[in-house]
Amino acid sequence: MLRRWLKANALLTPTGLWLGIFLIAPLALVVQFSFATRDTGVARAVLPWTTQAYLTALDPAFLPIFGRTLVYAVATTVACLVLGFPLAWFIARHGGRYRTVLLAAVLIPFWSSYLARIYAWKALLDGEGLVNTVLGWVGLDRDGGFLLTHGAVVLGLTYGFLPFMVLPLYVACERFDFRLVEASYDLGHGRVSTFFRIVLPGVLTGVLAGSLLVLVPAAGDFVTPKLLGGVDQSTFGSVIDDQFRGGNNWPLGSAMAVLLLVLVVLVLVLRGKRGEDVL
Amino acid sequence: MNRRPWVLGTVAALVFVFLYAPIVWLAIASFNSSRSLSRISGVSTQWYEELFRDTRVLESLQLTLQLALASAVISTVIGTLAAFGLRRAFPGRGLWTVLLSLPLVVPEVVMGVAMLGFFVKLAGIPLGFGALLFAHVAFSLSFVVVVVRSRVSGMDVRMEEAAADLGASPLVVFRTVTLPLVAPAVVAGAAFAFLLSFDDVVISSYLTGVGSTTLPVFVYAQASKRGISPEIVALSTLMVAATALLLVIGVVVASWRARRAGSTAQLV
Repeated sequence: MLRRWLKANALLTPTGLWLGIFLIAPLALVVQFSFATRDTGVARAVLPWTTQAYLTALDPAFLPIFGRTLVYAVATTVACLVLGFPLAWFIARHGGRYRTVLLAAVLIPFWSSYLARIYAWKALLDGEGLVNTVLGWVGLDRDGGFLLTHGAVVLGLTYGFLPFMVLPLYVACERFDFRLVEASYDLGHGRVSTFFRIVLPGVLTGVLAGSLLVLVPAAGDFVTPKLLGGVDQSTFGSVIDDQFRGGNNWPLGSAMAVLLLVLVVLVLVLRGKRGEDVL
Repeated sequence: MNRRPWVLGTVAALVFVFLYAPIVWLAIASFNSSRSLSRISGVSTQWYEELFRDTRVLESLQLTLQLALASAVISTVIGTLAAFGLRRAFPGRGLWTVLLSLPLVVPEVVMGVAMLGFFVKLAGIPLGFGALLFAHVAFSLSFVVVVVRSRVSGMDVRMEEAAADLGASPLVVFRTVTLPLVAPAVVAGAAFAFLLSFDDVVISSYLTGVGSTTLPVFVYAQASKRGISPEIVALSTLMVAATALLLVIGVVVASWRARRAGSTAQLV
């Protein structure tokens, strides 16, 4: 037992050291920053310790931004589930020997620049864009197109994070015993009942892992809302970014980052052990 | 869902349309004769010509490729070790799992500002290639671990035991049995790490130094001023085309080898 423990820890040590130095230590530093007093120097945060930054971060003025961020993140997660599940199921169930190829095909678009793809969506969605033009044929077009709307932001986020949903879902679907579905039909259950009683519990680990992998980064992202939503759609992430890049208020930015981290930890705790297999 | 697979198939096809719509549009727009990304006015290859003349783009592309390659190599090597470390139960494995899943769930902006503060104020590491490399490995590691671990945990231990019983030394077992079995997952993990590094905007934007701007950061800075340049559209098109080509070659080679071996293609 001791030998096994030593061997495992020896193998894990390089990764542990790297994460300890370059991820955990920086995060700890952010926690320290969040209790610092703001200094007028070049982004310098110094003692004495104070909770001022948290009081500012929790100011009601930021409430609409928190709310908007949460709505974007949840809507994105739901959209990714709705699109990702049929795809993951189809590849696992009917992909046959082309499963790997189909899975790779999900990832190929992501080998181009993320920004270029976002700008392509911008072009597709704007007033003269393809989407608005096609919708115009059936009278569903919109003045000025669909840019700078909440829908555009959710679409962009969904597009960006879909693979993070599809991959864990695929892993779960691949392990799922499809004969259970046949059995359920044979025993007289309908499609809806089979889905909720057999399929969903069977792939729940994948659903949870995928949702986590989409929800959290979607809540932190600021590039997509900035590019597709415009200046009025600022999110939690963009406020943090502003404090570090423009506003020069590191303690406030840090306090907000810590709040976002607390949210992540809460989600992790709520998830419990269920998603552990996949994550 | 099984009795009518065509319904499911149609939905899956529509999701693929969603995934490929902007890519196809980029490919079309890259041959556009005007700068506009929304309106196609004529056919031209001028953006490709300008791309290959633009030294700033080519230099940052080179830096980005070097960074992605270095990051992928380091995170694949130590991440694979970690995945093997998690293979069997031992006290403290749960804690390791939590630590290793952290980079997957900490929002990028939080990682970015934390690393900025750490490198600048505490560690005294100058921003630039080194800082970027440390950061990129840190956020890619977990993806490698997840991908390799799923393969390692699905492996049949008896194959390694059989080799050992037949007199192979641990090193020979690893080289001839274990490694070939996990190789596809290691390759997939490396590809993941490469891609994550290659495309990262948020974290890199905090850590680039003077003269070490990665391509995505360069594009972001340029684009927020006057929209994305058609050269970048051309470059993106080339990158997707190259990847698709690699995949096709991979499939062809795999099915050719499978036919020779007389079995069905097993890719990853």
